[in-house]
Amino acid sequence: MSTKPVVALQDVHKAFGPHAVLRGVNLSVGAGETLVVIGRSGSGKSVTIKHIVGLVNPDSGDVLVFGKDLARAKKTERAQIRLQMGYLFQSSALLNWMTIEENVELPLLEHRRDMSRQERKDRVLESLRGVEMETAGGKFPAEISGGMKKRAALARAMMLEPKVLLFDEPTSGLDPVMSRTIDELIIRTGQVLQATQVVVTHDMESAYRVGDRIAMLYEGRIITEGTPEEIQATDDPIVQQFITGNNKGPITQAGYTQ
Amino acid sequence: MQARRLHHNKTEAKNSMTSWVLRLGGFIGNATEGAGYSLGLFFHTSAQVGCLIRTRYLSALLRQMFVCGIQSLPVTLFVSVFTGMILALNGGLSLEKIGQEGLIGQIIAVSMVREMGPFMTALTLAASVGSGMAAEIGTMKVSEEIDALDIMAIDPARFLVLPRLFAMAIMTPILTVYTCLIGIMGGAIMSDYQFGVSLRRFQNEALQALTTKDIYTGLLKALLFGIVIAIVGCSQGLRTHGGAIGVGEGTRRAVVVSYLLIIIMGYYVTFIFFRLQW
Repeated sequence: MSTKPVVALQDVHKAFGPHAVLRGVNLSVGAGETLVVIGRSGSGKSVTIKHIVGLVNPDSGDVLVFGKDLARAKKTERAQIRLQMGYLFQSSALLNWMTIEENVELPLLEHRRDMSRQERKDRVLESLRGVEMETAGGKFPAEISGGMKKRAALARAMMLEPKVLLFDEPTSGLDPVMSRTIDELIIRTGQVLQATQVVVTHDMESAYRVGDRIAMLYEGRIITEGTPEEIQATDDPIVQQFITGNNKGPITQAGYTQ
Repeated sequence: MQARRLHHNKTEAKNSMTSWVLRLGGFIGNATEGAGYSLGLFFHTSAQVGCLIRTRYLSALLRQMFVCGIQSLPVTLFVSVFTGMILALNGGLSLEKIGQEGLIGQIIAVSMVREMGPFMTALTLAASVGSGMAAEIGTMKVSEEIDALDIMAIDPARFLVLPRLFAMAIMTPILTVYTCLIGIMGGAIMSDYQFGVSLRRFQNEALQALTTKDIYTGLLKALLFGIVIAIVGCSQGLRTHGGAIGVGEGTRRAVVVSYLLIIIMGYYVTFIFFRLQW
């Protein structure tokens, strides 16, 4: 693992209207590392990774990817950085009027115009095979299940062999078997592409399986960071309550009460 | 007690005045922002016209041309034949009073080609195609598909707006030609049937009255209307937020804004070409 982080958030603040979501988030992810960000629903996990990809710009603080600031980068430079990033949306975000094959082919069509039609077809088939979706290529997103959409979206995100992969709740709404399959795909892509990955989830089993490190986001800040073992062994009452799923403790509906 | 009530009423009036001013300010602010966004989108998209030579963009353009042109043809023609008939009926009734119903061909041909043809085509397209664009792109926006394009470094303006913009710019004038022809025919049949103006007489009057200027201003209007409908529809779609309600709101606004712009622009084009005599 190199010492220079690939993704770094420094004192990031973000508010939507009067609601302060992030209140000074600090995170850094090294090359080839998989960081899992855990936290309650609505704690700002998705907002955090949307900052990394530049869909949301911080009110203050810096978001650096490969040492460059996406929020202040020029349009062409931003596009260049984004080509090295893949993002798996919670909703999969496949284009509904295109078949799965066409969806997966889209990044190649736009950015690898040197490739021949046959080369493209082969690449699409190969990556669909990688997510065990080769038989569903001709279907439309509305015709397949949530788990299949997630896998197709993953194939699309990996198409340009990104160096940074971001996953927004990859296992939410999936059955335990499919969750496990997705987890294994995340681990495998991390290894195959040597990619730096950030996974946002509240599924603790999944977090332990895929994470090299786990960070917990609470009340707009990262309150703990550590390996899965360290997180499991922590005596921080908030983290303990969250990872054990206890409804009694310092975390309440309204937030932190102590 | 009464003084207090009076004071209370005064503050209330003042407050409602302030909120009224604030609301007006907000409305003007939103409208300006929307206009700026749409203009920016238009220039940004037009600048990428070169992409249309690429096969996939060309096929997207053809697909949109099919939607804007062929699929809208039946309803547009239906609207236009009735427009021609209404013009004939009203014009004929007035002209009959002064015994000049023979001139009806002139009135119908000129008003159809110069005004009603582009106008009725544009209103029909704004209600059918423009609203469709706003709803389609708006749904993509709220289901994060636009964000997904952004992240894949695919410009949504090029990918979604470019084919729609050019399809409308090409198809609206073509549809207008059909609208005018069918509208004039509807008017001719009505004139013959109701006022006894023979088709031959109608044709002669119509051809005599029509000038090249009528035709090119009509087509210019159609072109401008087509561009407005596409840009307003797409920019409302791209600016959608807030789920299904947002999509509905954006669609509604796309139709209202297009209608207003079509009417205002139609007036100014006629004014510039026929009043200022360009």
